[in-house]
Amino acid sequence: MPHQEHREESYSFNRHVLAYIQQAAEHGLYEIRGLGAKRALPTFDDLVFLTASLSRYPLEGYREKCLTRTVLGTRHAKKPIELDIPITIAGMSFGALSAHAKEAIGRAATEMGTSTTTGDGGMTPEERESSKTLIYQCLPSRYGFNPDDLRRADAIEVVVGQGAKPGGGGVLLGQKISPRVAAMRTLPEGIDQRSACRHPDWTGPDDLAIKIAELREITDWQVPVYVKIGASRVPNDVKLAVKSGADVVVVDGMQGGTAATQQVFIEHAGIPTLAALRQAVEALEEMNVVGQVQLIISGGIRTGADVAKALAMGADAVALGQGVLMALGCNSPTYGPPGERTDVTADYHQLGAAPGYCHHCHTGRCPVGITTQDDLLSERLPPAEGARRLQNYLSVMNMELTTLARACGKSNVHHLEREDLVALTIEAAAMARLPLAGTNWIPGS
Amino acid sequence: MCGIVGLLIKDPSAGDSLGKLLLPMFECMAERGPDSAGLAVFGPPPPGAQRRYSLFFPGGTFDWQQLARSFTAQTGKHCEIRCQANHAVLMADVEPAELKSWLDECDPAPYLLSAGRSMDVYKDEGHPAAIARQYRFDQLTGSHCVGHTRMATESAVSPAHAHPFTAGEDFCLVHNGSLSNPYMLRRKLEAEGLTFETDNDTEAACRWIEWRMRQGEGLDQALHSAASELDGFYTLLMATAGQLTLVRDAFACKPAVVAETPGYVAIASEFRSLAHLPGIEEADIFEPLPEEIYSWKR
Amino acid sequence: METLTSDRELVRLDLASLGVRRLNDYLHHELPRCGARRVEIVNPAGQHNIAVGLDCPVQLDVRGHGGYFLAGMNKQAQVTVDGSVGWSVAENMMSGSVRVRGNASQCAGASAHGGLLVIEGNAASRCGISMKGCDIVVGGNVGHVSAFMAQAGRLLVCGDAGAGLGDSLYEAVIYVAGRIQGLGADAREEPMTAEDFQQVAELLRRAGLAGDPRRFKRVASARTLYHWNADAHQEY
Repeated sequence: MPHQEHREESYSFNRHVLAYIQQAAEHGLYEIRGLGAKRALPTFDDLVFLTASLSRYPLEGYREKCLTRTVLGTRHAKKPIELDIPITIAGMSFGALSAHAKEAIGRAATEMGTSTTTGDGGMTPEERESSKTLIYQCLPSRYGFNPDDLRRADAIEVVVGQGAKPGGGGVLLGQKISPRVAAMRTLPEGIDQRSACRHPDWTGPDDLAIKIAELREITDWQVPVYVKIGASRVPNDVKLAVKSGADVVVVDGMQGGTAATQQVFIEHAGIPTLAALRQAVEALEEMNVVGQVQLIISGGIRTGADVAKALAMGADAVALGQGVLMALGCNSPTYGPPGERTDVTADYHQLGAAPGYCHHCHTGRCPVGITTQDDLLSERLPPAEGARRLQNYLSVMNMELTTLARACGKSNVHHLEREDLVALTIEAAAMARLPLAGTNWIPGS
Repeated sequence: MCGIVGLLIKDPSAGDSLGKLLLPMFECMAERGPDSAGLAVFGPPPPGAQRRYSLFFPGGTFDWQQLARSFTAQTGKHCEIRCQANHAVLMADVEPAELKSWLDECDPAPYLLSAGRSMDVYKDEGHPAAIARQYRFDQLTGSHCVGHTRMATESAVSPAHAHPFTAGEDFCLVHNGSLSNPYMLRRKLEAEGLTFETDNDTEAACRWIEWRMRQGEGLDQALHSAASELDGFYTLLMATAGQLTLVRDAFACKPAVVAETPGYVAIASEFRSLAHLPGIEEADIFEPLPEEIYSWKR
Repeated sequence: METLTSDRELVRLDLASLGVRRLNDYLHHELPRCGARRVEIVNPAGQHNIAVGLDCPVQLDVRGHGGYFLAGMNKQAQVTVDGSVGWSVAENMMSGSVRVRGNASQCAGASAHGGLLVIEGNAASRCGISMKGCDIVVGGNVGHVSAFMAQAGRLLVCGDAGAGLGDSLYEAVIYVAGRIQGLGADAREEPMTAEDFQQVAELLRRAGLAGDPRRFKRVASARTLYHWNADAHQEY
């Protein structure tokens, strides 16, 4: 009698792990890829709002105001950052992204009254022109960093680390080091860029304090200084950032994306955004600087619900990276204006990917023209069309944010508070320090 | 998140100037560490078999004279006590273990900051300049000293967490940087029977080195083995009754500058801390190389 | 704005009474307008951030020691320091020059894109780290891991160089007259060409330092890290 076939996949040695081991054995290469952690984690989806009831009155949508104005960097700067919405665009480099993508992002952000951020590679003129509020990153590599751009910026972001790779440096593979990118970064064309993981001219918060003072002196104390950390040892890092003089602390959770880094970093370093946010807020409360030093949270922010929950937990604003790319068309099977879409599924397959599964930003062969330096591919994302799509996405997020806020009875989204939230799982309850729904129980307290 | 200073006066007859020379060095490093500070000073030992114990009681006045009287009454041993604000030095012919267990019975009990024959240790919260004034650092005399100013992260800035850390007798250590394997070191030492007062990485380094010395190694030898055991970024400045010693890790990312003249050796995190010292224009000024052990003996 | 003396030629500023903020404010805004050609800063007392963000073709002399980041991000100015400086002197300099008569602490010339940095004494570790096109000339020694990840420009060392010289070098070139304690990853000694000797002579002349070009060795990138290649068991 034939043996009944019974397929049982190993939990530990599942298909992903098998593929990894087989790849490693075959080629001796470790994987470098883009985007953020793909593994299952506790996220904002595990939190829900306690909206209005008999004891709390809701506000009418549209007719009754719900303010979203957000001010960042009030501590020292003569010109704090004033935004219409608490949803900002995170740092992504020209080099990682095409010039069209950067311009699209700038235009959409300007229309929505929010800020964008330069990345590892410096500021492009297109970016500065298209973006009304532009944050200028100061990274370990200092590619393209110069005092003229510094003085043109609306704020400065000192990058200590990012969520995808806390403790790691930047990577841009040779295929994306085009002549223009190479010139901006003072690198030979076509080689693989390796970046340092530490800044060249300071180490540690005591020396960071002096560096921040230098940047302030050069810009005559006009603009705010942000300090961005990848979420690992959040409580100490946030406190030290404050002590070093940060006007705004940016915390990027492990879900945060990158254009290229080692897979091992993305999945196995850093803590979830949910836990990081809670620790960051507690650190600021313990130092008694809430209201003086603002907090931006990033790392897998996807929806207006995420934004609302982040604000309720104590963030002043969020920053988006991957969501922006997806609005522009990342992982979409088609590109082009509405009604004239071109299918590029075959291009994904050529990369060894498929729409919905692609994380191949590092190849520079982005089928929808976002994370590429190739002129032909770049044309698949005209800036105006990209700006339209991104603006739509940001508007929807903002509407969702205000819908939830109004339903909690808030006339200002910054009045959302942690008591408006409960958790659906024990892990989320423990990480966010919120009660499990239907109970008074916060694990660990 | 801190500043370190060290000073050794080479001429035995010039020990009176120790505090005066130290004060501007110490105050200058307050910018790197405005929250709390400490200083260890080494001077001639008291007569006979007496030891010196530095005691500290934060927050409010402490009746040091009463403490001294209780000590004599309960142990039958004579003691002297010299006090200044929250700090006192108790001198008596008593072993550290015995004094410690006697102190543990006191209520309220002051902190025991140090034990030894030559070393006094001061620690307090607050701005380093205020601490220097409170304890009259400018009037301190002795052969050498080691100081530290701290930028704190814990909300409760406690003196227990301030440097210099001490272990055993007449040994102290200050640290600028961050060890990356402090818990491993602690577990090794706890397995050897040592106990810890804080979770501070510096305490782990301090007790590890002192433990090696108790096993019979000299300080320099202990630091040789430290190079492979301690991991991370650190500039360590240590002192015993007989010497001042400085070492940096292999990466040497945390700052340190040394200025040496025929009259003194001065060490600080930043050069400007040394800029006021007499003879600095002619001094031999250098930055310590990584993993080299620099020792200056009295 | 109080200055000790001020005429169209020379402005004398006392940092002890001004403080760094007022000093830099003056240097950024009033100095370019007032047309003075020379600035003298007295009583610097090793303070941090002296004369950062200059963008003006003046001669600026610091009469004493500087702290961290002296002349950081300098453009156009010719700066001299009659003393020693702390970390990161002339960091990210774009053009102009900085001359330190004493010693420089770590990271001298970090990430500088252009201009000339001269350290007449010794520079400590990481001299020229991440440099992007400037010229650095050191009359004495440089410490360990100097020219780390140096991308472009030239580092000339009349004395000795510490361990790890030129680690992860890109296209910058290093000339050393004295002993090299050790080379960093992907750095190698290469034979000096006639072109190299000319460059060394020119750098010494511009720095105003004596030296025999024939004593110098050339260190440059072996370029084995330019393409991600796991066969070479590389780390990224």
